[in-house]
Amino acid sequence: MTVIATESLSKRYPRVTALDRLSLDIGPGVTGLVGANGAGKSTLIKILLGLSPATEGSAAVLGLDVTTHGSAIRERVGYMPEHDCLPPDVSATEFVVHMARMSGLPPTAARERTADTLRHVGLYEERYRPIGGYSTGMKQRVKLAQALVHDPQLVLLDEPTNGLDPVGRDEMLGLIRRIYTDFGISVLVTSHLLGELERTCDHVVVVDGGKLLRSSSTSDFTQSTATLAVEVTDSDEHPDGTAALRKALTGVGLTLHAGEEQGLPGAGHVLLVEATGDQTYDTVRDTVADLGLGLVRMEQRRHHIAEVFRDNDQSVPGGQPVPGGQPVLGDRPVHTAQQKGAGSDGA
Amino acid sequence: MAPDTSTQIHNIGYRSYDGARLGRSYARKSLFSQSLRGAYGLGRSAKSKVLPMILFAVMCVPALILVAVAITVPGSTELPIKYTTYALTTQVVIGLFLASQAPQSVSRDLRFKTVPLYFSRPIERVDYVVAKFAAMASALFILTATPLLIMWIGSLLAKFDFGDQTKGFGQGLVSVLLLSLLFAGLGLIMAALTPRRGFGVAAIIAVLLIPYGAVTAVQGIAYSTGNTGAIDWMGLFSPITLIDGIQTAFLGATSAFPGGEGPTAGTGFVYLLVALGLIAGSYAALMARYRKAGL
Repeated sequence: MTVIATESLSKRYPRVTALDRLSLDIGPGVTGLVGANGAGKSTLIKILLGLSPATEGSAAVLGLDVTTHGSAIRERVGYMPEHDCLPPDVSATEFVVHMARMSGLPPTAARERTADTLRHVGLYEERYRPIGGYSTGMKQRVKLAQALVHDPQLVLLDEPTNGLDPVGRDEMLGLIRRIYTDFGISVLVTSHLLGELERTCDHVVVVDGGKLLRSSSTSDFTQSTATLAVEVTDSDEHPDGTAALRKALTGVGLTLHAGEEQGLPGAGHVLLVEATGDQTYDTVRDTVADLGLGLVRMEQRRHHIAEVFRDNDQSVPGGQPVPGGQPVLGDRPVHTAQQKGAGSDGA
Repeated sequence: MAPDTSTQIHNIGYRSYDGARLGRSYARKSLFSQSLRGAYGLGRSAKSKVLPMILFAVMCVPALILVAVAITVPGSTELPIKYTTYALTTQVVIGLFLASQAPQSVSRDLRFKTVPLYFSRPIERVDYVVAKFAAMASALFILTATPLLIMWIGSLLAKFDFGDQTKGFGQGLVSVLLLSLLFAGLGLIMAALTPRRGFGVAAIIAVLLIPYGAVTAVQGIAYSTGNTGAIDWMGLFSPITLIDGIQTAFLGATSAFPGGEGPTAGTGFVYLLVALGLIAGSYAALMARYRKAGL
């Protein structure tokens, strides 16, 4: 079954081409739509809701053509906009009830569904207070609730994690995952952050400049090779344990990555080792033991989608794997010095 | 033994909705009733009920006084003022009501960007505009027709001539209906042009009062210089004198123009065309406004 299908969909404004012969075929599940600002994500959503005519090509949502069945589509689809859209002087309950009625739900059903939906998105007693006093996280939940209140078959979420702190972001991503797994509602979620989509989505579509860059399942993006993240302590014998381990691992023929964390604080003492099989774990364990270092952690880390793109796009600095497994980067000593400083403070 | 179900907590999980979806016309009606109730502060905070309710009371009190006078003064055979005069003398109250409630109705949706949420639902642009227009006009009609109803009931209690009173009441209703449509259109356009509520209030008051002041002044000058022919045509340039002209020409009203002449049927026809043109024009302008304000 196809939820969203577009066929050489184009949208041209007098001076800008927002979508350029975009052909998509999106099935049920959680689908991430990734692209930079101005890549055509919002234009695509407008067309899918039947609010803006395409210049050429066709699109169908839930099997309904967007140009002829816009109203029927909007009855079955929920939409959460990127921007703030809540009046501050009414309560979440009043607002969502009104929006449910605007979706065609009879008054009693609108109230019941509102109570249910607000509970599912995690709003309890505060739903009777005016929205003006809510935190950003609570407002995002109200926005999500109004998109879900009429029990749509598909929701379009435009940047739902915008403005949220890390905890709020995780909760929102978990909620989005549940929309499909628990509620059975397919999701199209846009973001410009690949990292959060790979944890949430079954399928990722990348658009750039109105063109389809790539469309495949999330596992395709991340399965190519597994990576081990290894962190070790320093010892008296090896004042820089990380450097010593890197040397030793390279010596036994393992490939080390310069990971995504490169350049971030704390990146200096995590080594990313390419795992070719079970024996890699043994090799790492034995090498660490031989050096007499403490193994703080050794965990499996999936490839980030971002790394896949960096492989394709060599112009991104600092990100591409260094040939020959020698991740020697100019700024490494600086990081090591910082780590040692931090370590001695702790000791 | 059967388990005691009264103490169990059920996690019923997500329930899907299989009930009726009443579609576009129901959504339009819901938006209409929500906007109409909102104009009187119903379904909103207690604070927002204060002003519309006070204005509503201010509209009704003079009508009650008129009725009381008519009943108590012995030998009176009709109400002290005509039904059609009432809205003209209370135009400031009507103006204040419009200036406070039209921005409330449309500027809020624009300012807080709620409009895209409406358009992502079954209703279309035309439904939104029609519902908001109809709700504002209805709110004004309730405001202006209720005192007329009080006067009519009072006149029947005072045993005035039923036919005369009912005819006057009917003429008054037609007049305030036209006034409601005209004022609602002008008010909503002014309010929809700006997402800032304060600007909307100021713009509506300006549109109602400045032309009225200018027209009255120029009419006064024309009257004092004996140029009475110009008086009739000047009335075309402000909303309230437009209504005055129409009801003088067609609804047996007494004009408030200097000299009390008012337009004849021929000139009145031009008045009617201008008024209907303004109503249609403000509807078209609102439609154009929301073409841009959509998603």
